[in-house]
Amino acid sequence: MDYFLTEEQSMIVEIARQITDEQIIPNRAELDEKDEFPRKILENMGQADLFGVPIPEEYGGFGGGCFDIVLALEQLGRGCVGVATAFAASALGIYPIMISGSEEMKQRYLPDVAAGQKFAAFGLTEANAGSDASGIQTTAELDGDEWVLNGTKQWITNGGEAQIYTIVAITDRSRGARGASMFVVEEGDPGFTCGPKEKKMGIRASSTTELIFKDCRIPADRLIGRKGTGFITVMKTLDSSRPGIAALGLGIGQACVDEATTYAKQRIQFDKPIISFQAIQHILADMAIQLEASRALVYSAAKHIDAHPKDMSKVSSMCKVMATDMAMKVSTDAVQVMGGYGYMREYPVEKMMRDAKILQIYEGTNQVQRNVIGQELNKEYSRK
Amino acid sequence: MNIVVCIKQVPDARDVRLDPETNTLAREGVQSIMNPYDQHAVEEAVRLKEQLGGEVTVLSMGPPQAQDVLRQAISCGADRGVLVSDRAFAGADTWATSYTLAKALKKLGSFDLIICGKQAIDGDTAQVGPGLAIQLEIPFVTCIQKIREAGETEIIMERMMDDGYDVIAVEYPLLLTVVKDINEPRVPSLKGKMKAKKAEIVVLSAEDVGADPAKIGLAGSPTQVVDVFPPPLRGEPALLTGSVDEQVEQLVKKIAVYL
Repeated sequence: MDYFLTEEQSMIVEIARQITDEQIIPNRAELDEKDEFPRKILENMGQADLFGVPIPEEYGGFGGGCFDIVLALEQLGRGCVGVATAFAASALGIYPIMISGSEEMKQRYLPDVAAGQKFAAFGLTEANAGSDASGIQTTAELDGDEWVLNGTKQWITNGGEAQIYTIVAITDRSRGARGASMFVVEEGDPGFTCGPKEKKMGIRASSTTELIFKDCRIPADRLIGRKGTGFITVMKTLDSSRPGIAALGLGIGQACVDEATTYAKQRIQFDKPIISFQAIQHILADMAIQLEASRALVYSAAKHIDAHPKDMSKVSSMCKVMATDMAMKVSTDAVQVMGGYGYMREYPVEKMMRDAKILQIYEGTNQVQRNVIGQELNKEYSRK
Repeated sequence: MNIVVCIKQVPDARDVRLDPETNTLAREGVQSIMNPYDQHAVEEAVRLKEQLGGEVTVLSMGPPQAQDVLRQAISCGADRGVLVSDRAFAGADTWATSYTLAKALKKLGSFDLIICGKQAIDGDTAQVGPGLAIQLEIPFVTCIQKIREAGETEIIMERMMDDGYDVIAVEYPLLLTVVKDINEPRVPSLKGKMKAKKAEIVVLSAEDVGADPAKIGLAGSPTQVVDVFPPPLRGEPALLTGSVDEQVEQLVKKIAVYL
């Protein structure tokens, strides 16, 4: 379907497609097999300005919006959601700075990230705080002109690989949601270490570790925005970033339709290509329908968010749920169409099915997304 | 450092067909790309510029649509593109092409280094680079696999050989041709693509470069293509069986027929 992209948007797609086809697809199986972080590919993405897409022009970026980053992530996700997650997590890591950071902070961190010279990471999740962000244990206390952080973040994407970490910590427990603040912690700050790489089911090219803060001392000016605005920054960050995760779902969906259809045309059983059987055609047709419907919602939601409306959360959650549930369903179907071959690591759909699962879990589980949508509906209809 | 890179638009080799009627390359519906060796030449020039400063000019002789590859080079870091284009150039062989490019280069002014791909994947002659150096009366070195050091007055390079490589130092100005081992060409950047879109490609005609009409195009080409044909089919293969001695005996008999 033609979405009448602008010339700039088409350029973003072309660049992301070229990197995906030439660098990601030929290497994805090996990166997955070896749990290897794709540093070289990410550096090349930096050189091609992809990291600059969401960053304003005055900080060396392209000044793109949600839709632009969605287009890039859809292509990258078509190649490998592990590689794309490492890329997306860096964007996620700088959103708090872009949303709430001071001018000085933006000048300090954004240009290096835009150029792909530094990677970022976002640290919210803890052992007792994931979907329920209010369970955060990590604390930050002001001691003279330094903040002192203590606590452990869990399952942080780009842990150990990033140079810039945006961290949520409690600065005043008595104030509840208004007691959380966000900070920038840099690689090498005293008292800050990363745990070993977690062993994951999928997205194995991406690095996931604990972030450990033991009397980690950082300068006072590393506070992002005002004290107590941490949760607002987190919510705004996730509202902006969720369509990116939906885009990864579109990438998987497209790759699965491509792989399964190509296979069904080649695979001969009962003297015919299996695509000539209606049982197979209907599976492929349903895959294609769900993919196109999801794409339409994700693109519309991204464009809606780019208009900076007040009701971002609902559409942001809707597109995340739809496209990532689609990716899970469509990748499972692709494995089914390809049968025994699909289940083998020699073919890429096995990995796509493993990778698809995380999309329903991270950046807010799909159950939490439905909560958000339900609560927003409740609010809307209370006003009517 | 002022660098010129000569590039060529070629049909995508993954999609080459012969027109069965004329036995020439069927160009209709075949996608055109930048000659792959030339992509490495552009990349090396851009890296030298990033390291030493200066300007990279990309030059091509070809039909108006060859502007596409010049823009592609700009999107990968080249500064400006020049297209030498004229109906009078049609049918040029490597000698006439070298002459035409040399005329264009003289028109463009001074330069320190010219980089070409080792050869084009359509003609496969590997002659235009050396031919151009001869026309310009400057030294040339072919098949460069690495630039060790680009200094103030000379450049030290590795030339790929069958059994290793030669290390060669040459003073500027010179022309070199590169092999694919020299680098990994970058993906165009977003800013590069935007610059390429807006870039004005200078188009020069035969008259603009002051070319002698007798030395360009088909008329100026010592090489004339008389016929193009697919290689004739080889004879039936024969499989020799039995012990090694028996096989050798059979083989000797077969060879003896031709002695």
